[in-house]
Amino acid sequence: MDIGWFLAVSALIFAIGAAGVLTRRSPLVILLCLELMLNAANLALIAFARMHGNHDGQIFAIIVMVVAACEVTVGLGVIVAMQRRRLPIDVDEMQELQG
Amino acid sequence: MGELLFFVAGIGALAGAVGVVAVRNPFYSVLALVSHLLCLAALFLLLRAEFVAAAQVVVYAGAVMVLYVFVVAYVGGQDEPLGPRAGSGLRAISAIFGAVLFIELCVATLGSGLQLIDSGGTPAPGSFGSPEEIGRLLLTKFLLPFEVASFLLLIAAVGAVVLARRRGGLSHAEEQARYSAMDMLRPAYTGTMAEAVGGRHTLPEASGENQASGEDDAAAEPVAGRAEDDR
Repeated sequence: MDIGWFLAVSALIFAIGAAGVLTRRSPLVILLCLELMLNAANLALIAFARMHGNHDGQIFAIIVMVVAACEVTVGLGVIVAMQRRRLPIDVDEMQELQG
Repeated sequence: MGELLFFVAGIGALAGAVGVVAVRNPFYSVLALVSHLLCLAALFLLLRAEFVAAAQVVVYAGAVMVLYVFVVAYVGGQDEPLGPRAGSGLRAISAIFGAVLFIELCVATLGSGLQLIDSGGTPAPGSFGSPEEIGRLLLTKFLLPFEVASFLLLIAAVGAVVLARRRGGLSHAEEQARYSAMDMLRPAYTGTMAEAVGGRHTLPEASGENQASGEDDAAAEPVAGRAEDDR
Protein backbone atom coordinates (compact mmCIF):
# COMPACT_ATOMS: atom_id res chain seq x y z
CA MET A 1 0.00 0.00 0.00
CA ASP A 2 1.35 3.44 -0.88
CA ILE A 3 2.44 5.72 1.92
CA GLY A 4 0.31 8.52 0.49
CA TRP A 5 -2.90 6.70 1.35
CA PHE A 6 -1.91 6.54 5.00
CA LEU A 7 -1.11 10.24 4.98
CA ALA A 8 -4.52 11.03 3.47
CA VAL A 9 -6.28 9.02 6.19
CA SER A 10 -4.17 10.81 8.80
CA ALA A 11 -5.09 14.22 7.39
CA LEU A 12 -8.79 13.31 7.38
CA ILE A 13 -8.72 12.13 11.00
CA PHE A 14 -6.91 15.31 12.04
CA ALA A 15 -9.51 17.48 10.29
CA ILE A 16 -12.38 15.58 11.95
CA GLY A 17 -10.72 16.02 15.35
CA ALA A 18 -10.17 19.74 14.82
CA ALA A 19 -13.79 20.25 13.75
CA GLY A 20 -14.90 18.31 16.83
CA VAL A 21 -12.85 20.50 19.18
CA LEU A 22 -14.58 23.54 17.69
CA THR A 23 -18.14 22.19 17.76
CA ARG A 24 -18.56 20.17 20.93
CA ARG A 25 -19.28 21.79 24.28
CA SER A 26 -18.49 19.07 26.81
CA PRO A 27 -14.82 19.16 27.93
CA LEU A 28 -14.81 15.36 28.00
CA VAL A 29 -15.60 15.14 24.30
CA ILE A 30 -13.11 17.92 23.59
CA LEU A 31 -10.40 15.81 25.25
CA LEU A 32 -11.48 12.86 23.10
CA CYS A 33 -11.16 15.00 19.97
CA LEU A 34 -7.68 16.05 21.09
CA GLU A 35 -6.86 12.34 21.28
CA LEU A 36 -8.07 11.99 17.70
CA MET A 37 -5.72 14.73 16.54
CA LEU A 38 -2.75 13.24 18.41
CA ASN A 39 -3.47 9.84 16.89
CA ALA A 40 -3.61 11.32 13.40
CA ALA A 41 -0.16 12.80 14.03
CA ASN A 42 1.02 9.39 15.25
CA LEU A 43 -0.21 7.74 12.05
CA ALA A 44 1.65 10.29 9.94
CA LEU A 45 4.82 9.83 11.99
CA ILE A 46 4.73 6.06 11.60
CA ALA A 47 3.99 6.33 7.89
CA PHE A 48 7.05 8.54 7.44
CA ALA A 49 9.13 6.15 9.53
CA ARG A 50 8.11 3.35 7.18
CA MET A 51 8.91 5.56 4.20
CA HIS A 52 12.42 6.32 5.37
CA GLY A 53 13.01 2.85 6.75
CA ASN A 54 14.34 3.92 10.16
CA HIS A 55 12.83 3.88 13.60
CA ASP A 56 12.97 7.54 14.61
CA GLY A 57 9.36 8.22 13.75
CA GLN A 58 8.18 5.25 15.78
CA ILE A 59 10.08 6.46 18.85
CA PHE A 60 8.54 9.88 18.31
CA ALA A 61 5.08 8.26 18.18
CA ILE A 62 5.71 6.49 21.49
CA ILE A 63 6.74 9.79 23.12
CA VAL A 64 3.59 11.41 21.71
CA MET A 65 1.55 8.64 23.34
CA VAL A 66 3.22 9.39 26.69
CA VAL A 67 2.42 13.09 26.35
CA ALA A 68 -1.18 12.23 25.42
CA ALA A 69 -1.51 10.07 28.53
CA CYS A 70 -0.23 12.96 30.69
CA GLU A 71 -2.64 15.39 29.05
CA VAL A 72 -5.53 12.99 29.67
CA THR A 73 -4.71 12.55 33.36
CA VAL A 74 -4.44 16.27 34.02
CA GLY A 75 -7.51 17.09 31.92
CA LEU A 76 -9.65 14.48 33.60
CA GLY A 77 -8.41 15.70 36.98
CA VAL A 78 -9.62 19.20 36.09
CA ILE A 79 -12.99 17.80 35.03
CA VAL A 80 -13.34 15.85 38.29
CA ALA A 81 -12.48 19.02 40.25
CA MET A 82 -15.12 20.92 38.26
CA GLN A 83 -17.69 18.27 39.08
CA ARG A 84 -16.76 18.40 42.79
CA ARG A 85 -17.35 22.13 42.94
CA ARG A 86 -20.71 21.76 41.19
CA LEU A 87 -19.53 23.83 38.25
CA PRO A 88 -21.26 23.33 34.90
CA ILE A 89 -19.49 20.78 32.69
CA ASP A 90 -19.68 23.05 29.68
CA VAL A 91 -16.88 25.04 28.11
CA ASP A 92 -19.23 27.82 27.03
CA GLU A 93 -20.22 28.54 30.61
CA MET A 94 -16.75 28.07 32.10
CA GLN A 95 -15.28 31.36 31.08
CA GLU A 96 -12.76 31.91 33.83
CA LEU A 97 -10.35 29.53 35.45
CA GLN A 98 -10.60 31.06 38.90
CA GLY A 99 -13.84 29.61 39.84
CA MET B 1 -4.48 -8.67 1.06
CA GLY B 2 -2.67 -5.58 2.26
CA GLU B 3 -5.02 -3.34 0.28
CA LEU B 4 -8.11 -5.04 1.66
CA LEU B 5 -6.85 -4.74 5.24
CA PHE B 6 -5.95 -1.09 4.66
CA PHE B 7 -9.40 -0.17 3.42
CA VAL B 8 -11.22 -2.09 6.15
CA ALA B 9 -9.07 -0.59 8.91
CA GLY B 10 -9.03 2.88 7.36
CA ILE B 11 -12.80 3.03 6.97
CA GLY B 12 -13.16 1.71 10.52
CA ALA B 13 -10.82 4.38 11.86
CA LEU B 14 -12.65 7.15 9.99
CA ALA B 15 -16.04 5.86 11.15
CA GLY B 16 -14.77 5.79 14.74
CA ALA B 17 -13.52 9.37 14.41
CA VAL B 18 -16.84 10.58 13.03
CA GLY B 19 -18.59 8.69 15.81
CA VAL B 20 -16.54 10.46 18.50
CA VAL B 21 -17.56 13.85 17.15
CA ALA B 22 -21.16 13.13 16.15
CA VAL B 23 -22.53 10.94 18.95
CA ARG B 24 -24.61 12.73 21.55
CA ASN B 25 -23.78 10.66 24.64
CA PRO B 26 -20.18 11.02 25.92
CA PHE B 27 -20.13 7.35 26.90
CA TYR B 28 -20.72 6.27 23.31
CA SER B 29 -18.06 8.76 22.23
CA VAL B 30 -15.55 6.92 24.38
CA LEU B 31 -16.60 3.56 22.91
CA ALA B 32 -16.26 4.99 19.38
CA LEU B 33 -12.76 6.17 20.25
CA VAL B 34 -11.87 2.65 21.44
CA SER B 35 -12.91 1.18 18.08
CA HIS B 36 -11.03 3.97 16.32
CA LEU B 37 -7.87 3.13 18.28
CA LEU B 38 -8.15 -0.57 17.47
CA CYS B 39 -8.49 0.15 13.73
CA LEU B 40 -5.54 2.53 13.97
CA ALA B 41 -3.47 -0.23 15.56
CA ALA B 42 -4.24 -2.38 12.51
CA LEU B 43 -2.97 0.44 10.29
CA PHE B 44 0.21 0.59 12.40
CA LEU B 45 0.68 -3.13 11.83
CA LEU B 46 0.40 -2.57 8.09
CA LEU B 47 3.20 0.00 8.42
CA ARG B 48 5.31 -2.60 10.25
CA ALA B 49 5.23 -0.85 13.60
CA GLU B 50 4.50 -3.90 15.73
CA PHE B 51 5.60 -2.49 19.06
CA VAL B 52 3.72 0.78 18.64
CA ALA B 53 0.58 -1.14 17.63
CA ALA B 54 0.82 -3.32 20.73
CA ALA B 55 1.41 -0.28 22.95
CA GLN B 56 -1.53 1.46 21.32
CA VAL B 57 -3.88 -1.40 22.14
CA VAL B 58 -2.58 -2.04 25.66
CA VAL B 59 -1.91 1.50 26.88
CA TYR B 60 -4.40 3.56 24.91
CA ALA B 61 -7.38 1.34 24.24
CA GLY B 62 -6.84 -0.41 27.55
CA ALA B 63 -5.65 1.89 30.31
CA VAL B 64 -6.42 5.44 29.15
CA MET B 65 -9.89 4.56 27.91
CA VAL B 66 -10.73 2.89 31.23
CA LEU B 67 -9.82 6.19 32.89
CA TYR B 68 -12.19 7.96 30.50
CA VAL B 69 -15.00 5.51 31.22
CA PHE B 70 -14.58 6.05 34.96
CA VAL B 71 -14.69 9.83 34.63
CA VAL B 72 -17.72 9.70 32.33
CA ALA B 73 -19.47 7.49 34.85
CA TYR B 74 -18.51 9.91 37.65
CA VAL B 75 -19.53 13.10 35.86
CA GLY B 76 -22.65 11.45 34.49
CA GLY B 77 -23.02 10.46 30.87
CA GLN B 78 -26.06 12.59 30.29
CA ASP B 79 -26.97 13.52 26.75
CA GLU B 80 -25.77 16.94 25.82
CA PRO B 81 -27.14 19.02 23.00
CA LEU B 82 -24.87 18.67 20.00
CA GLY B 83 -23.07 21.67 18.69
CA PRO B 84 -22.83 25.24 19.91
CA ARG B 85 -25.72 27.48 20.93
CA ALA B 86 -28.27 28.02 18.21
CA GLY B 87 -27.72 30.92 15.92
CA SER B 88 -24.01 31.32 16.50
CA GLY B 89 -23.11 29.78 13.18
CA LEU B 90 -20.07 28.13 14.71
CA ARG B 91 -21.00 24.70 13.38
CA ALA B 92 -20.84 25.80 9.74
CA ILE B 93 -17.59 27.67 10.39
CA SER B 94 -16.02 24.64 12.03
CA ALA B 95 -17.09 22.34 9.19
CA ILE B 96 -15.53 24.73 6.69
CA PHE B 97 -12.43 24.96 8.89
CA GLY B 98 -12.13 21.17 8.98
CA ALA B 99 -12.47 20.87 5.20
CA VAL B 100 -9.89 23.60 4.61
CA LEU B 101 -7.54 21.95 7.10
CA PHE B 102 -7.91 18.60 5.32
CA ILE B 103 -7.15 20.11 1.94
CA GLU B 104 -4.18 21.99 3.33
CA LEU B 105 -2.75 18.89 4.98
CA CYS B 106 -3.20 16.90 1.78
CA VAL B 107 -1.39 19.59 -0.20
CA ALA B 108 1.35 19.75 2.40
CA THR B 109 1.98 16.01 2.55
CA LEU B 110 0.95 14.53 -0.79
CA GLY B 111 2.20 17.49 -2.81
CA SER B 112 5.55 17.62 -1.10
CA GLY B 113 7.34 15.91 -3.96
CA LEU B 114 8.80 13.21 -1.77
CA GLN B 115 9.85 10.45 -4.13
CA LEU B 116 9.00 7.52 -1.90
CA ILE B 117 5.50 8.70 -1.12
CA ASP B 118 4.01 6.76 -4.00
CA SER B 119 5.81 3.58 -3.07
CA GLY B 120 5.35 1.11 -0.29
CA GLY B 121 8.37 2.48 1.55
CA THR B 122 11.98 1.45 1.53
CA PRO B 123 12.67 -2.24 1.88
CA ALA B 124 13.27 -2.94 5.55
CA PRO B 125 14.76 -5.91 7.36
CA GLY B 126 12.47 -8.39 9.03
CA SER B 127 13.15 -7.03 12.49
CA PHE B 128 11.86 -3.56 11.56
CA GLY B 129 9.63 -2.19 14.29
CA SER B 130 10.11 -5.14 16.61
CA PRO B 131 10.28 -4.56 20.38
CA GLU B 132 13.96 -5.49 20.28
CA GLU B 133 14.86 -2.67 17.91
CA ILE B 134 12.66 -0.12 19.68
CA GLY B 135 14.07 -1.06 23.06
CA ARG B 136 17.63 -0.78 21.87
CA LEU B 137 16.99 2.67 20.41
CA LEU B 138 15.19 3.84 23.56
CA LEU B 139 18.16 2.92 25.71
CA THR B 140 20.92 4.17 23.41
CA LYS B 141 20.08 6.92 20.94
CA PHE B 142 16.91 8.21 22.60
CA LEU B 143 17.83 7.76 26.25
CA LEU B 144 17.24 11.40 27.20
CA PRO B 145 13.71 11.61 25.70
CA PHE B 146 12.89 8.31 27.38
CA GLU B 147 13.91 9.57 30.82
CA VAL B 148 12.22 12.94 30.31
CA ALA B 149 9.01 11.13 29.31
CA SER B 150 9.08 9.04 32.47
CA PHE B 151 9.57 12.17 34.57
CA LEU B 152 6.71 13.84 32.74
CA LEU B 153 4.45 10.90 33.60
CA LEU B 154 5.40 11.25 37.26
CA ILE B 155 4.60 14.97 37.25
CA ALA B 156 1.26 14.33 35.54
CA ALA B 157 0.30 11.66 38.07
CA VAL B 158 1.11 13.94 41.01
CA GLY B 159 -0.70 16.83 39.32
CA ALA B 160 -3.82 14.76 38.74
CA VAL B 161 -3.92 13.73 42.40
CA VAL B 162 -3.49 17.34 43.53
CA LEU B 163 -6.18 18.59 41.12
CA ALA B 164 -8.81 15.98 41.88
CA ARG B 165 -8.17 15.88 45.62
CA ARG B 166 -11.03 16.47 48.01
CA ARG B 167 -10.53 19.84 49.65
CA GLY B 168 -11.43 20.57 53.24
CA GLY B 169 -11.25 17.05 54.57
CA LEU B 170 -13.90 14.42 54.99
CA SER B 171 -17.30 15.35 56.30
CA HIS B 172 -18.20 14.14 59.76
CA ALA B 173 -20.61 11.40 58.72
CA GLU B 174 -18.13 9.89 56.28
CA GLU B 175 -15.42 9.97 58.91
CA GLN B 176 -17.58 8.03 61.33
CA ALA B 177 -18.39 5.40 58.75
CA ARG B 178 -14.88 4.61 57.65
CA TYR B 179 -13.21 2.92 60.59
CA SER B 180 -11.59 -0.39 59.91
CA ALA B 181 -9.74 -2.94 61.99
CA MET B 182 -6.41 -1.56 60.81
CA ASP B 183 -7.09 1.72 62.63
CA MET B 184 -6.60 -0.10 65.97
CA LEU B 185 -3.10 -1.18 65.05
CA ARG B 186 -1.81 1.84 63.23
CA PRO B 187 -0.75 5.15 64.75
CA ALA B 188 -1.95 8.37 63.18
CA TYR B 189 -0.23 9.97 60.21
CA THR B 190 1.25 6.82 58.74
CA GLY B 191 0.29 7.53 55.19
CA THR B 192 -3.17 6.15 54.64
CA MET B 193 -5.24 7.19 51.64
CA ALA B 194 -7.76 8.98 53.86
CA GLU B 195 -5.00 11.09 55.35
CA ALA B 196 -3.78 11.89 51.86
CA VAL B 197 -7.13 13.37 50.87
CA GLY B 198 -7.26 15.54 53.95
CA GLY B 199 -9.02 13.59 56.67
CA ARG B 200 -7.36 12.25 59.79
CA HIS B 201 -8.49 9.02 61.34
CA THR B 202 -8.55 8.76 65.07
CA LEU B 203 -10.52 6.17 66.88
CA PRO B 204 -13.45 7.54 68.87
CA GLU B 205 -12.27 5.61 71.93
CA ALA B 206 -8.78 7.05 71.67
CA SER B 207 -9.74 10.63 72.50
CA GLY B 208 -11.98 11.77 75.29
CA GLU B 209 -13.38 14.58 73.23
CA ASN B 210 -15.11 12.28 70.81
CA GLN B 211 -16.66 10.34 73.65
CA ALA B 212 -18.02 13.51 75.13
CA SER B 213 -19.50 14.52 71.82
CA GLY B 214 -21.07 11.08 71.52
CA GLU B 215 -22.80 11.56 74.88
CA ASP B 216 -23.95 14.96 73.77
CA ASP B 217 -25.44 13.40 70.67
CA ALA B 218 -27.32 10.88 72.76
CA ALA B 219 -28.64 13.58 75.06
CA ALA B 220 -29.63 15.96 72.33
CA GLU B 221 -31.10 13.47 69.93
CA PRO B 222 -34.26 15.43 69.10
CA VAL B 223 -32.17 18.47 68.24
CA ALA B 224 -29.97 16.42 65.96
CA GLY B 225 -33.03 14.98 64.28
CA ARG B 226 -34.31 18.45 63.62
CA ALA B 227 -30.95 19.43 62.18
CA GLU B 228 -31.14 16.44 59.84
CA ASP B 229 -34.56 17.61 58.69
CA ASP B 230 -33.23 21.08 58.02
CA ARG B 231 -30.57 19.60 55.82
